[in-house]
Amino acid sequence: MSSGSAPAVQEPDLATAPPSLVALFLAFARMSLAGFGGVLVFARRAIVEQHRWMTADEFNETFALCHFLPGPNIVNLSMVFGSRLRGIAGGVAAFAGLLLPPTLIMTALAIAYARFGDLEVLRRILAGISCAAVGLLIAVVFRMMMPLLKQADPLAVILMLGVFLAIGVLRLPLQAVLLVAIPISIGLTYFLRRKVAA
Amino acid sequence: MTGHSPIWSLISTFGLMSLFAVGGAAAAVPEMHRIAVEVNHWMTDKQFADAYAIAQLSPGPNVLIVTLIGYAVAGIPGALAATLAMCLPTALLAYYVSRLLNRPSQSRWPGLIQAALVPLSIGLMAASALVLAQSTDRSIAALLLTVMVAVMASVSRVNPLWLLLAGGVLGFAGIV
Repeated sequence: MSSGSAPAVQEPDLATAPPSLVALFLAFARMSLAGFGGVLVFARRAIVEQHRWMTADEFNETFALCHFLPGPNIVNLSMVFGSRLRGIAGGVAAFAGLLLPPTLIMTALAIAYARFGDLEVLRRILAGISCAAVGLLIAVVFRMMMPLLKQADPLAVILMLGVFLAIGVLRLPLQAVLLVAIPISIGLTYFLRRKVAA
Repeated sequence: MTGHSPIWSLISTFGLMSLFAVGGAAAAVPEMHRIAVEVNHWMTDKQFADAYAIAQLSPGPNVLIVTLIGYAVAGIPGALAATLAMCLPTALLAYYVSRLLNRPSQSRWPGLIQAALVPLSIGLMAASALVLAQSTDRSIAALLLTVMVAVMASVSRVNPLWLLLAGGVLGFAGIV
């Protein structure tokens, strides 16, 4: 929403001085509030294009790291980005900027829901939004699944289906499933790569 | 509710969950559902589906569904505790790992682990979709709406927010 500010006096390359802690906080707060249904696109635009705090390659590298670590990717990303620019204090500033404003909004919504959630009109509206939200999630899953299906790697597909059945149908606890699935998957990937390399 | 303080059980639940949330927030939804609805009875199925819808509709990272769960359990302190417990441990882990990897040793392990986790996290997200659909799509019309949004979001680049709002309008009209 507020991304329309013109690029200020900036060099064609990276910004020369690292941003202040306040600037980091505000930048992450802005991208967080602009990011309906996903902050990543806005984070990339702000960090790489608008503020030029990182090159596109550095951004991708950092994102890949945050993607393979557990937890909400964009939250990990804020901490790693902030700390690469300004040390641990920068990490905390970016983390707080990303989370504080939407958490306050969400808390206000929680209060409103507790008070008005039983209203018939609101129930109907939320039911409709829920259906659409599930549809969006299915689309994301489908899009992520395509490369996997194109590779026609039977082991990956079996692992994916196994996790889906264990969690989605059998409703087993996440930790138990992953403590089995992660070692299997890493082991298989390791041996397959060695076979390909040999 | 339980012998322990509810705040503490929120912190331990989400702190542990965040470290296992391979593939981000969407992948952790079935586990949140299992713990909040089936194990602890913090919310009903319907309330959970509503919380997911609200979290999708509001700005910020989608992981903030935990703020709503925390509020349902223990009010404003619960909301803040759940949010921090879900976000801070992995952020600190990411910080330390990124400092480790900044050293020039070019290991192939990060790439290998990442490749190994991809099918697992997609499986988790597919499970999220199933769990949510089971609590949301209780009528033919609702199921149709979900399928239509899934197709539209797959084939076009329309802003997801419009699809959510369209769902809200259809719900308001009493169609779903």
